[in-house]
Amino acid sequence: MRTVRTFLTNTRGKKRLSLSDWLTYGYLLFGTFLMFGPVIWLVMSSFKTQADLIRFPPRLMPYRQEVAAVVGYDEPLALYDVTLEDGTIRRLAQVRRVGIEAQMVDPAAPEEIIRVNINQRTPVESIYFSLENYTLGAERFNFWTYLGNSVVVTVVATALTLLINSMAAFALSKYQFPGRDAVLVTTIGTLLVPLSVILIPVFLVLQNLGMLNNLLGVIVPAAATPTGVFLLRQYMLTIPDELLESARIDGASEWRIYLQIILPLARPALAVLTIFSIMWRWNDFLWPKIVLSKSELFTLQVGLASFGGELQVQWDLLLAMTVLTLLPITFIFAFLQRYITSGIATTGMK
Amino acid sequence: MAAFLEDPVVIKLILSPFNWLLSTVYHLIIDLVDILMRPLQNALGVRGMAYVFILPNLLVFGIFILFPMLLNFYYAFTGGTELFPENRPFVGMDNLNQLFTCEDFLDPNSCREDLFWRAILNTGGYVISQVALLVFMALITALALNRNIRGRGFFRSVFFYPVLLSPVVVALIWRWILLQDGVLNAILVSLGFERISFLLNAQWAQFWVIIISVWAQMGFFTLILLAGLQAIPTEFYEAAGIDGATAWQSFWNVTLPLLMPNLFVVLVLSLIRAVQVFDQVFNFTGGGPGTATTYMVQYVYTTGFANQTKEYGLAAAASLVMAALLLILTLIQLRLGRRGDIS
Repeated sequence: MRTVRTFLTNTRGKKRLSLSDWLTYGYLLFGTFLMFGPVIWLVMSSFKTQADLIRFPPRLMPYRQEVAAVVGYDEPLALYDVTLEDGTIRRLAQVRRVGIEAQMVDPAAPEEIIRVNINQRTPVESIYFSLENYTLGAERFNFWTYLGNSVVVTVVATALTLLINSMAAFALSKYQFPGRDAVLVTTIGTLLVPLSVILIPVFLVLQNLGMLNNLLGVIVPAAATPTGVFLLRQYMLTIPDELLESARIDGASEWRIYLQIILPLARPALAVLTIFSIMWRWNDFLWPKIVLSKSELFTLQVGLASFGGELQVQWDLLLAMTVLTLLPITFIFAFLQRYITSGIATTGMK
Repeated sequence: MAAFLEDPVVIKLILSPFNWLLSTVYHLIIDLVDILMRPLQNALGVRGMAYVFILPNLLVFGIFILFPMLLNFYYAFTGGTELFPENRPFVGMDNLNQLFTCEDFLDPNSCREDLFWRAILNTGGYVISQVALLVFMALITALALNRNIRGRGFFRSVFFYPVLLSPVVVALIWRWILLQDGVLNAILVSLGFERISFLLNAQWAQFWVIIISVWAQMGFFTLILLAGLQAIPTEFYEAAGIDGATAWQSFWNVTLPLLMPNLFVVLVLSLIRAVQVFDQVFNFTGGGPGTATTYMVQYVYTTGFANQTKEYGLAAAASLVMAALLLILTLIQLRLGRRGDIS
């Protein structure tokens, strides 16, 4: 026991935990609870049955009531533990409920009907992860259509972003040409102007180009990300110009230099941009919402929002669909979190 | 078997045909592009190729961002409900006048476009409290993560995780928690309090809008601050310790001044983001109850898109006002930032 405690309170460098260490751990653990708690609550809730969902106060784990097949009844009957008048507790199945009286039978002896007050029975329950919300939700919600649209948008837009941003960054970092600084300043400047401010003219442009209700309208406009251009340019500035010069002397064309020297060397920055782009496009809401008004073209986010914006929100199905929507990005994060966090801390910043 | 498959040499061997195929295909593409683009380079020269490289990005950027920005001015000074510019009559300053017709600028009820002024006041309150809380929490968390502790990578990821969630998902998660019969009310009841209809009460709705946005964004800003903290050389702290500085003094005199550049970035980014708040709130409260959480972008959205009569001119004028506000904010910050650099 003592060794366990010594191990746990041992830190790198120092020998024992001080008060401020305890406070730090306390804060971080509490923070972990606050950050993960809501998501875990969502996931747990998504496995609950409708009856369990409207229960107050709610419980963490999903439960379902036990049922039993009883001779003489077509449907399985719900099981209850009933406290009888003599104080004994018997496990009975409920046939029907009339007001405050419940008619119960013993599954072993189904002929005799026992009438009890409803307050004397407690349901027999066990923990059960129901997948019904997921199957039913996927059916009602067109999940697969929305998922398909989201995947197409994310993958194509990310590929396009990487291509045109890296080309632009190459030009902006490795060439001297009139107008270069103007392009750079304009690009960075638009970072300050939110898309939401120019909604109406963007709508008009999309309409004139026939891009409304078209996935292209979601994919193409978002591809010229100022952040991406800037991030890649800053990284490409660190690639020595001598490399390019010697390639030129060897007779390499500019395209060959871009494809064979610049791109492979800029891989770390490209990786960061890939992750960013996947995140942006997968989570995008406002732009797809404006471009897409036909429900068969909805992305997951737009579909989820319209499902959650209905007058009578069907929480049982909505919860399951929310979990499915956050799942892919969570998986990507779980595998790449080290690259993501250090990528933002280093490349993303400078 | 499993151990055999985990051997890096074996993995390399298994992957080698794929790698060979990939690199061959890639080189074929390079050769192909090379052959196809040679004439272009011969015609334009090496320098001229820069324009070729920048063209696709510039086209997309120009058509979908720059041109709409300019077009926005045209909309702001024309009236009617037609979308197409040629059908819109020029009305000069009418739209802006309509927005600014107020008897008393501090009382939205006296304004012709009362919703616009409510949105501005709401946004102002939101920006100030959200940014303050966000920067404070991010700083505390970054300081905690910068300590010599176990599981630092794990905790760092934990705080970052909500950043990845979409605004729609964040809004739905919290709506579920804050429901009348939700888990938070269950906790309140078990502690002996009354149930609260969080999202039906104006003050509570505004409170939770701030809380969930801090919850969702904090991790990002924590990372930026953490990067700054880790760049501070430990010698500085050692020197301060030798001089007999308390922890508080060394925070105040070493950490804070050296962290300023990163704090400044965090402040700029979080302010810009806060002014642009929309997606999350739209799915969380829908701007309600009443107009309690209607912010500026939502005003533009409702006026231009969601309402039955789509008043494009008015919406465009409102977005001009917003762009002007953002510009002023940024300029002030740049000025302050420069002063910070000198000192």
